[in-house]
Amino acid sequence: MIDVKDLHKRFGSNEVLKGITEHIDRGEKVVIIGPSGSGKSTFLRCLNLLEEPTQGQIIFNGTDITDPKTDINATRQKMGMVFQHFNLFNNLNILDNMTLAPVQLKLRSKEEAIQEAHELLQRVGLDDKAAAYPGQLSGGQKQRIAIVRALAMHPEVMLFDEPTSALDPEMVGEVLEVMRELAEEGMTMVVVTHEMGFAREVATRVLFMDGGVVAEQAPPEEFFSHPKHPRTQEFLSKVL
Amino acid sequence: MENWALLYETLKAQAVGGERLDFWQNFFVQFYQSFLLNDRWMQYLQGLGRTLEVTVMALVVGVILGVLVAVLRTAHDQQRPGRRNPVLGVVNVICKVYTTVIRGTPMMVQLLIMGLVIFSSSRNFALVGALTLGINSGAYVAEIVRSGLMSVEAGQMEAGRSLGMNYLTTMRFIVVPQAVKNILPALGNEFITLLKDTSLITVIGGKEMLYAAQAIYAKTYAPMFPLVGTAVMYLIVVILFTWLLGIFERRLRESDRR
Repeated sequence: MIDVKDLHKRFGSNEVLKGITEHIDRGEKVVIIGPSGSGKSTFLRCLNLLEEPTQGQIIFNGTDITDPKTDINATRQKMGMVFQHFNLFNNLNILDNMTLAPVQLKLRSKEEAIQEAHELLQRVGLDDKAAAYPGQLSGGQKQRIAIVRALAMHPEVMLFDEPTSALDPEMVGEVLEVMRELAEEGMTMVVVTHEMGFAREVATRVLFMDGGVVAEQAPPEEFFSHPKHPRTQEFLSKVL
Repeated sequence: MENWALLYETLKAQAVGGERLDFWQNFFVQFYQSFLLNDRWMQYLQGLGRTLEVTVMALVVGVILGVLVAVLRTAHDQQRPGRRNPVLGVVNVICKVYTTVIRGTPMMVQLLIMGLVIFSSSRNFALVGALTLGINSGAYVAEIVRSGLMSVEAGQMEAGRSLGMNYLTTMRFIVVPQAVKNILPALGNEFITLLKDTSLITVIGGKEMLYAAQAIYAKTYAPMFPLVGTAVMYLIVVILFTWLLGIFERRLRESDRR
């Protein structure tokens, strides 16, 4: 579904990604972990071109999205993204947050979009907040809404960029729960996170990134019990 | 009114006859001359009308120019590296020259150049004045709007783009509404400055409020009442405007309720 070929990303003279080749299949739940500065978030942000790769190709459903002629907006509609800092639209209430893109992009009528937004909000237990503004919600609530806002676009893959890192500890659980349900429904997910428990339970594959490359990857049982790379061993000994 | 006219005539005759008027009598004579004699208050009101007309025209020109320059410059700055549009680069330089020249020269000099050099053959002084003020104001509005656009977190644009909306749609529905809310106090300030700066078009013959006052004290030789009266009228308009702006600001702050 997503094919990454020799991906490089440079910020000035600082090379953050030093050649990543990776394949992500439909239905996979790939969890990316690694020390900060290892390029995890940059890699994720390259997948929907929020960061422009310096070199290399990203092929999504057979289309090379790094080609300047590709309509990146159309591709992004199929790739939902959840950010560390939620990024709900501060000037719109929750319902408008969820219906703006589907309606503006003419994917659904206003009525359909509203009805679907309510259904999605019920799913995460926040339908009573439909008229509230983002500023009135807790971090956990905002992140759950950010997830369903992305789902309202009917994406084929969901990208999560440290979705729980900015949350108070007691709110992490409610967000992970929504993500877990999403995984069970078969959504393709790429998750950058520090939540090792989530990686262990939900991932079909764990990637360990260090210094701009994928240092090691394995299914979670193997990854956590028998890490091979010394950097992985060192990292896991610190975080577990 | 009839009585006041009579009183004025009497006191005036006394003064001309060499009699000394006391403070209140003198006050009354000057006041009457400045505002009531020959229905002179009409001249102030006409001047005020012209002042407001010029302000509105300059405001429209200023806002259109300002927003245009701000959006073009922001769009230029936010281009993805390696995919810079050369046309936007040229436009950006033009915009920069415009703001530098306008902000780097005095308003009065700009007015005189426009009125006496560029449009020296035009008799429509108020229109030339409004145009000059608008062009001037545009440079300041551009910087205010630009600061507003930049004050909106980058995450808002990213979220909009990640949902598949294009740059302009995200700007229109997400970034600009938040920017407007942030810049409203600064913009209000700029509009107040603009309103008061319309008094400068007197120098190229624009017949606004100050022009009316000057015409009147040129006849009466008593500048105090016409000038103070003009000041009071400006003050009233500015207070009214500030009040309206406050209401508007509170309505825009609705989404900040917690």
